[in-house]
Amino acid sequence: MAKHIISARNLVKAFGTGEFAVRALDTVSLDIRPGEFFTLLGPSGCGKTTLLRLFAGFEMPSAGTILLDGEDVTVLPPNRRPINTVFQSYALFPHLTVAENVGFALKMQGKPRAEIEATVARMLALVRLEAMAGRKITQLSGGQQQRVALARALAPHPKVLLLDEPLSALDLKLRKEMQVELKRLQNETGITFIFVTHDQEEALTMSDRIAVMSAGKLQQVGTPKEIYTHPINRFVAAFIGETNFIEAVGETGGARLKTGDLIPVEGVLHGPVTVAIRPEQLRLVPPETEGAIAATVRDLVYFGTGTHCHMALADGTALTARLQSPASGEIGLALGESVGVLPTPGAAQLLRE
Amino acid sequence: MSAAEEAERARTTRNAWALVTPALIVLMAAAIGPLVLVLIYSFLTPGDYGNVVWSFSLEGWQKVVVERDIFDETLHLAQAHLTIFWRSVSLSLVTTLLSFFAGFPTAWFIATRPASQRAFWLFLITLPFWTNLLIRTFAINQIIRNEGLLNTILLKLGIISAPLQMTYTEGALLIGMVYVYLPLMVLPLYAALERFDRRLLEAAYDLYASRWQVLLRVVLPIARPGIVAGSILVFVPCLGAYVTPRILGGGKLMMIGNFIELQFGQGRNWPLGAALSIVLLVIVMAALLIYVRAINGEKRGV
Ligand SMILES: Nc1ncnc2c1ncn2[C@@H]1O[C@H](COP(=O)(O)OP(=O)(O)OP(=O)(O)O)[C@@H](O)[C@H]1O
Ligand SMILES: [Mg+2]
Repeated sequence: MAKHIISARNLVKAFGTGEFAVRALDTVSLDIRPGEFFTLLGPSGCGKTTLLRLFAGFEMPSAGTILLDGEDVTVLPPNRRPINTVFQSYALFPHLTVAENVGFALKMQGKPRAEIEATVARMLALVRLEAMAGRKITQLSGGQQQRVALARALAPHPKVLLLDEPLSALDLKLRKEMQVELKRLQNETGITFIFVTHDQEEALTMSDRIAVMSAGKLQQVGTPKEIYTHPINRFVAAFIGETNFIEAVGETGGARLKTGDLIPVEGVLHGPVTVAIRPEQLRLVPPETEGAIAATVRDLVYFGTGTHCHMALADGTALTARLQSPASGEIGLALGESVGVLPTPGAAQLLRE
Repeated sequence: MSAAEEAERARTTRNAWALVTPALIVLMAAAIGPLVLVLIYSFLTPGDYGNVVWSFSLEGWQKVVVERDIFDETLHLAQAHLTIFWRSVSLSLVTTLLSFFAGFPTAWFIATRPASQRAFWLFLITLPFWTNLLIRTFAINQIIRNEGLLNTILLKLGIISAPLQMTYTEGALLIGMVYVYLPLMVLPLYAALERFDRRLLEAAYDLYASRWQVLLRVVLPIARPGIVAGSILVFVPCLGAYVTPRILGGGKLMMIGNFIELQFGQGRNWPLGAALSIVLLVIVMAALLIYVRAINGEKRGV
């Protein structure tokens, strides 16, 4: 097996011509490792579906190549690629039973009947739908249809499984269940999953690695932790979780804010920079504390496990801190109160715009 | 059930009956009545100058399949009648098949046009209905006759050296009937294909189906109700076709419709004509039964 199960090399996909041309994908290069749970994350219209459709073979790239297990598959039609898709709409065959849906690919491949039956039974057990084998698709709930779609795509044991927002049609509770289920299926089958979502929380909890996309371009590829703690640009920082952005000037030892305060940062970046810092990395302290930045409380928003404290610095820059709910009593803050803000050492990140 | 519910239900039932009564009367008078009359006539004796004599006879029914030799009075199979039956059924089946093979791609084409263009294409399909059937059939005759358009073109192109004899052949009947009934195949096929979720094509293609397998395993089974409806809509009127075989068959190549007409006209054998009509009806009913079976087969699984 090659080092990478699937690779994109400088993929470009343009739709339309002339002034209506859209570059849905702009020179995307990507290497995905065998057995990985890889997530494509990005806002609507950033090209996630387009990239999956190129991998599946429904669409041909305008430029670039796709390697599957080291072989060039760029021009192979979908039925000749050992890659299967779980469609957002499920696209189950309404004229077939659950078992026939799951066995469809094997039948098309001309597998012997006994083998098909055995595999179908194994797949239905895997998604816990043994009892539904003889049912028609229309007699299933949304969550059950989802499982059938998964079993159908997994049955031929593809090298890569593509999942285009498979959970977006489910309600929150079912969605959480299916997230766990998907991880389990991936572990049990060992198949590489390429998962598309625009839900950053889903991406962070499920993935081995995430690719953040925007406007047809890859912004950053990394583990959830890398992406969360070290976003490489403002887009990634803003898209994943909540972030405070503060304009500053880089100097030796840190970033000098417009208010004159210095936020210590490792590594040196001179000139205008943006300081990115997560709300949970800010601590509120008495205003006179050494190294604290003076701020005024503007708003307090309670959200169950904590409170968001919205503040303004002396020059008006907005800043949000996330405070844990204390075990008992109030957090002891009032609107208009003067407080000091202390960033966790090493948590601030300098971004060059 | 409370008294109020009871009264409500009684009123609903009464209203329903009041509403269907006119339709029932029309149906009784226009459909069942004549049918019963036809059935009775088939068991009577033919009059000398047409019409019937009111005395019971099985002659009409007998003559459907057997003939009495005029010399030795022996009975043998009515070869000519069977030929006509066979021609009717086989031509209707072939017409249905040809309409399907021509109609399916057409319906697919229309169903895959952008929604704004479909109405236009459907309009084109229904355009022939705007002209009288007789005129359209004569037009076909003009095209395929020896000095007609088709032969002239083929001759000019040097593809043939002598005109092809196309009129008054079964081929001519086929051309005429496919032409006339094709829209009846296209419309239900279109209705089925328009509802077809084309994402299923990608799903099947993704799951290793070849293009043929996609067609045979996914498209055709899902479009089955449309295929069955279209086939019935073509097959049934084909069986009873009258104008087309009359003009394109030139009176030589009769189908059941013409044969029945003959009995009520020159043949002066109304009971035989009545019996033949009922035979036709039975064949049609059998076809419809198969249709209902096929549709139910679809539903049972769902
Ligand atoms: N067939 C097409 N013809 C023209 N433009 C297209 C086509 N498919 C996609 N696009 C354009 O390409 C861009 C990327 O689309 P894509 O469907 O890949 O986005 P996405 O990231 O999957 O978005 P979403 O989260 O909304 O599903 C969009 O601007 C879209 O309008
Ligand atoms: Mg998409």
